[in-house]
Amino acid sequence: MNRIEHHPILGDSPARKPVTIFFDGKPYQAFEGDMVAAALIANDVSTLRYTKKYHKPRSIFCGIGRCTDCVMIVDGTPNVRTCITPVHDGMQIRTQEGTGSWQEGKKNE
Amino acid sequence: MNEAELAIVGAGPAGLSAAIEAAQKGTKVLLIDENAKPGGQLFKQIHKFFGSSAHKAGTRGINIGAQLLQETQKLGIRVWLNSEVCGIEQGHNLWIIQNHKESIRIHAKKIILATGATENAVAFPGWDIPGVMGAGAAQTMVNVHRVLPGHRFVMVGSGNVGVIVSYQMMQAGADVVAIVEAAPKIGGYGVHTAKVCRAGVPFYVSHTVKRTLGTNHVEGVELIALDENFKQIPGTEKMLACDTVCLATGLTPLTELAWLAGCKFDYVGALGGNLPIHNEKMQTTEKDLYIAGDISGTEEASTAMEEGRLAGINAAAALGYVTEQEAARRSAEIWESLNSLRCGYFGQRRREAKDHMLKKGAEMIR
Amino acid sequence: MKSELKTTGAPSLEELRASPAFPTPEQLRRGPIAVIECIEEIPCNPCEAACPKHAIHIGTPITNLPRLDVDQCIGCGKCVAACPGLAIYVKNFTYSDCDCTISFPFEYLPLPKEGEEVEMVDRHGKVLCKGTICRVNNAKGNDHTAVITAVYPKTFFEDVVSMKRLKN
Repeated sequence: MNRIEHHPILGDSPARKPVTIFFDGKPYQAFEGDMVAAALIANDVSTLRYTKKYHKPRSIFCGIGRCTDCVMIVDGTPNVRTCITPVHDGMQIRTQEGTGSWQEGKKNE
Repeated sequence: MNEAELAIVGAGPAGLSAAIEAAQKGTKVLLIDENAKPGGQLFKQIHKFFGSSAHKAGTRGINIGAQLLQETQKLGIRVWLNSEVCGIEQGHNLWIIQNHKESIRIHAKKIILATGATENAVAFPGWDIPGVMGAGAAQTMVNVHRVLPGHRFVMVGSGNVGVIVSYQMMQAGADVVAIVEAAPKIGGYGVHTAKVCRAGVPFYVSHTVKRTLGTNHVEGVELIALDENFKQIPGTEKMLACDTVCLATGLTPLTELAWLAGCKFDYVGALGGNLPIHNEKMQTTEKDLYIAGDISGTEEASTAMEEGRLAGINAAAALGYVTEQEAARRSAEIWESLNSLRCGYFGQRRREAKDHMLKKGAEMIR
Repeated sequence: MKSELKTTGAPSLEELRASPAFPTPEQLRRGPIAVIECIEEIPCNPCEAACPKHAIHIGTPITNLPRLDVDQCIGCGKCVAACPGLAIYVKNFTYSDCDCTISFPFEYLPLPKEGEEVEMVDRHGKVLCKGTICRVNNAKGNDHTAVITAVYPKTFFEDVVSMKRLKN
């Protein structure tokens, strides 16, 4: 279980509206207010993208929007820093390969 | 172009404290932060702060943050969130990108930079695979997003950040299998290390991570002992199973905006690296530009708040809201607080580094 | 700086006995008494303000090590939750013929329940013996630092400092 429901200092998790996000086409449950990376990690997703040259897997590193290790394609836009981007219902998230590419005219694959 | 009397970049403990101090004297403050929420790193500090009981010691960082935000709202301070300051021109014009979409320029009479610091990384084979992250990243995931990024942690670095974050991972329900320290001595406060020690966490001094194990995700680490010259000793490798490696290997001030503004710098290793030269008013070599908090030297939230107040009162005085006399009186009060925080075995080194910086500042800034 | 503290993370008994707040073995056995395991000069003094009997002295500068006036200390435990470093506990050697008690700070979940049997640990987390919980004080005024009182055998009086975290 990756979500912390009960915390000795922070208390119980507040009730939040559930949303459905799609990762590489599959639906996952998230909650309103989640950052994309946090929602994916909560769902045991390990790799967020692959590097351009050697196709190495990457996930979060700094967690606060500075290092860009967590970038993914969100609703058709590549290089989105998922650690600081909030989810929305129906969001389409894709594993990014390399530097990604703009999908002209393709919003929700 | 938008006008601001006092623009403060960064709404962490230093920026919030500066805004409150200046606004209390009537200054029209614009507080700018790139994040969606203010507070900087303060809302991740769920432990009780040390210091003087007269100055919020014993209060958790999160509650201090809430108090500062309340005060900011009460004073009606203008706050721009999701606003990334990406440039300074001619010392007074700030370029800002709002909501990742629109750019806006503002002209400010005085500016306080309170942009904090960034975590350092250490590289070893496998440091880039999923599961290796900054200690701050783990802290953010757990204390802000309430998600555990792993369940068995190895912490690299035994300073206060490494030890406190280890404790916080355990509070969140994870296990910490080791705290690894390259130096022969542990860096953090004894009371912090005692807490994790009695929870069964072993410290490995004079050790480092030789490499991580696992291809697509961390599955373990190989530790290796170091000699007195920090060289790896072959044959001393030990494997530890884990799924997350956190790096708590120091912080470096985020000084890009000060560079852009043309501030003169000096290298002060004990405070994190290249710092803008400043005087006891927290003023840089660009006379309308002040700094406060980790940007002026990586320390703690408590010193950040005091430096914020110092920059705030002096900027307010420079704008005419406070007499020089009152500013001097208030500054002396704040300096007494700062000096008491920079005492003792741990504080002494920072005190000496700051004294060296202030001496330079006094010479160069008239 | 002290070497066992700075190499293992926990102080040795010698390092503790050298501090002005650590009761002598005789004082430790007189009845309820606070034990402050704080031996480094860090700027911190909430324990001084928390004590209703003014038994803890720090003064200025606030980096002074705390001194405990053993005769004033009544072992009430207010300092236990007040210490930001969770470095204080209260021990009572005189609880009964065979057993003693410790009241220590605890910030993990789940909290134990009164009457529950738990494992008591030393400064390195090594399990020494079993203990029985006789009180869990999680009053609002403690700000989420529960103060747990456990009864355990006198044989382990000096070495026990806490209990092992419970698994969910």
